[in-house]
Amino acid sequence: MKEYRYIGKSTPRKDALDIVTGKTKFINDLTVPNMLYGKVLRSPLPHALIKSIDTAEAKRLPGVKAVLTYQDIPDWMAGFPLHVRVLDSKVRYVGDAVALVAAETEDIGEEALRLIKVEYEPLPAVYDVEEARQPDAPQLYEQFPGNLLPQERRMFGPHTLQEVVTGDVDKGLAEADFIIKGTCAYENIPNPLPPEPPGVIASWEGTDALTVWSASQGPHMFKVTLQRRMGATNMQSIGSPVGGSYGSKYMSWQYVLPAAALAKAAGRPVKLYYGKTEHLAAFTVRLGSRIHGQVGMKKDGSVTALSADWLVNTGAFSEITQGMVAVGCGEAQLMIRCPNWNFRPQMVCTNRTASGQVRGFGGQELKCALIPILTMGLEKAGIDPVEFFKKNYVKPGDGYYWRDGKWWVCNGIDYTPAIEKGAETFGWQEKWQGWLKPTSINGAKRRGVGVGVHGNADVGEDISEAFVRLDSNGTATIYSGLAEHGTGQRSSICKMVAEILQLPLDRVFVTPTDSSVNPFEIGPVGSRGTYAIGSAVIAAAEDAKRQLLELMAQKFKVAPEDLETQDGMAYVKGKPEAKIPWIKGMGYDRTIMGHGRFEPDFTLPNFMMIFTEVEVDTETGKVDLIRVVGATDVGQIIDPPSLTNQLNGCLGSAGIDSALFEETVFDTRLGRVMNPNMIDYKWRTFAELPEMEHEILETPFPSHRFHAIGVGEITPSPGPSAVLMAVSNAIGVRMADYPLTPDKILRALGKVANAERRGK
Amino acid sequence: MTTTQNLSYATITLTVNGENHSFILGEGSHEVTPSHTLAHTLRERLGLTGTKVSCDDGACGCCTVQMDGKAVNSCLLLTVECEGKEITTIEGLGDPVTGTIDPLQKSFIDHTAFQCGFCTPGIIMSAKSLLTENPAPTRDEVKESLAGNFCRCNSHYHVLDAVMAVARKGGNK
Repeated sequence: MKEYRYIGKSTPRKDALDIVTGKTKFINDLTVPNMLYGKVLRSPLPHALIKSIDTAEAKRLPGVKAVLTYQDIPDWMAGFPLHVRVLDSKVRYVGDAVALVAAETEDIGEEALRLIKVEYEPLPAVYDVEEARQPDAPQLYEQFPGNLLPQERRMFGPHTLQEVVTGDVDKGLAEADFIIKGTCAYENIPNPLPPEPPGVIASWEGTDALTVWSASQGPHMFKVTLQRRMGATNMQSIGSPVGGSYGSKYMSWQYVLPAAALAKAAGRPVKLYYGKTEHLAAFTVRLGSRIHGQVGMKKDGSVTALSADWLVNTGAFSEITQGMVAVGCGEAQLMIRCPNWNFRPQMVCTNRTASGQVRGFGGQELKCALIPILTMGLEKAGIDPVEFFKKNYVKPGDGYYWRDGKWWVCNGIDYTPAIEKGAETFGWQEKWQGWLKPTSINGAKRRGVGVGVHGNADVGEDISEAFVRLDSNGTATIYSGLAEHGTGQRSSICKMVAEILQLPLDRVFVTPTDSSVNPFEIGPVGSRGTYAIGSAVIAAAEDAKRQLLELMAQKFKVAPEDLETQDGMAYVKGKPEAKIPWIKGMGYDRTIMGHGRFEPDFTLPNFMMIFTEVEVDTETGKVDLIRVVGATDVGQIIDPPSLTNQLNGCLGSAGIDSALFEETVFDTRLGRVMNPNMIDYKWRTFAELPEMEHEILETPFPSHRFHAIGVGEITPSPGPSAVLMAVSNAIGVRMADYPLTPDKILRALGKVANAERRGK
Repeated sequence: MTTTQNLSYATITLTVNGENHSFILGEGSHEVTPSHTLAHTLRERLGLTGTKVSCDDGACGCCTVQMDGKAVNSCLLLTVECEGKEITTIEGLGDPVTGTIDPLQKSFIDHTAFQCGFCTPGIIMSAKSLLTENPAPTRDEVKESLAGNFCRCNSHYHVLDAVMAVARKGGNK
């Protein structure tokens, strides 16, 4: 393997000093002069028409500068397809926005909310995805009869994947040695729950120039998607460091549009920053996912047919659900080698807070429901799941329909060595005792093991552009709209540029995340930072280096390819002693600008396998996660601690722990989230960490000059189904209901009465 | 140091990062109201935004500061309760004159013991308080003392490495 100066070495994050000294300015640490505070009046009812709304008293309160209702808010639309008004005459979930207030202080804003009088006409509400499909079910949107969202055929091009239908399922079932039918659901709608709540500051100058500062994973996309909707012709979108997102702060119109509407109405800048209760009860959660599936399988474990209804509960609106369904459908094919598919999603609206983009992006939700059904077949055939995944996971030369509906052929690597290394480190062979058999029993405590897999072909999704500017003082500045949301990617692209230009890391900078400065950037999503964003940055750095050496060549009177540069000096290859600084060739009065662009490439699937060992206390029903081993292959590690941090991230952010205790508890009598605070919403503490190890292989990919691909987004996704399998094996009872709280364990063991727990 | 000469005003005085601050109590927009939390006063009145507020409910530890050397959730304390107290925030670690940082902060940098960094100031303040009381804790003692600090990126393992690296050197300075 090639030895690099920075790539693959641990280097401090460029933003580390600011983070550890508290100087990093997150969105709520910013104020702009003359700024007001926005507040949102939220619906107490899950489904209702607003009969009347009286804001007179609120408007009279000193310090209140604007009050907006559905009657006077601009008609800006959001959602896919456009179907959500910022404020509507109808509310569709408890927490839906009813009115907006801008006030001099937060306290005045909250007081004003209490003075708004609303009369509602309650409507019946529906929460269950199948009940919502019944003919007599309450209807959320006139334009979506049966509460069914239309398939979206434009999101990822004219053939956006919205189902997998290939081959002949009847033929496949006829060829099967046995047929498994089953239902499994992953509907505990966990919250990705970044510590920093969603927040934004919006400010208008005149009627068409809008500046938005926001905590967003993809701030540049606000300019692309929201500018026109808000009637702005000149929107400047400035991203702040993001205090956690895990996908959730990407399509962030839910806070950007209200703040912009208030700022316009008040004629002053407005900050809108969610409280934690709003964050937990009225911001986006994971998709609800339920699969009724039928699998044809041979005795050797080969899948001959897969037929399934995938019922996707998107809650009160679709933020980007069709996109998540597209990627989920693609990812199912990466995991299962099957010639005959009839996999049909239905995207359904219900009266609860909406589902949005979360790390795992459709695929995690799909796998958590699909893998437990598949494994019923493996149990019947007596097949080890590790062997099944090894045989089935996509390999070079295999094809799949990706999110754009096109057939792509894998040009990546075979992950068999990663699977084998992970299994060896975990001790899978010794611990695996067969289906529904514990690894060990110690009194009331029983241990079990399980494994899960996930991967996407999105590491090369979408467009990235970057510039690299060289200044004659021997520094490089990267122009990129890349937000820093915790992965360290802004530092990693500096390492790439420092490597190409052989500059000290402290002489490479990145511009602020500002759409008025930077070229087009989709953002760090879908594990695309390393390959897609990295490729654009690398191309820009190479372009800049070429221009530099052309200039320096005139000084040396040699061809540019005879030159090398290091630490801001150029020299003829082999003669570093006769080096001269860049300024001698560039002059003090010139800058060099290199341009880079990345075009989508869906041929390099990434991969993550997670092995888990759990211990179940059969007396109390408590499940402890004992050990986690992750296995992947990333081609080339860019920054070791950043990578291990991302892999350790498999636990929280609605990952592994969504199989154990994380859930948004929903009361279907009131339509309310019952745990919208961080005491009742359970999360893993420092005191309860499992043992964690990773096997990270580095088989070079045909990606960019460092042969690397990203994996960060997908690390939590194999976990929940692995835990479900481990617990089932530990107690000898097949479990199919996330999360595995003690009541469910004890019920499965026949130790408590079989009372129905109503909550979706 | 600001003081008020008019005794008809009730004031509250506390020391933050070595500096005395007096605030007039009242409902005016530039006064400290009885309902203001310490976190609010630190952030909104003193501009010490290194102290983060996440849950505002005492659950997540993002707002952790030291009061008389002990870690406290500044979102659970009212400013009016802090009369005469010595508060240290993340900005008060290290030496502002020389620009040097605390060994614990340095260790967090060396171990990349953070991802998004939002919870980091609170975690550092909790760990600092532990090391002040117990300069050589075990790894389990560190875990226990940080159990009130939420970290959603799961940087826990690197945090433990960072704290233990300082602990092995005999704790703080």
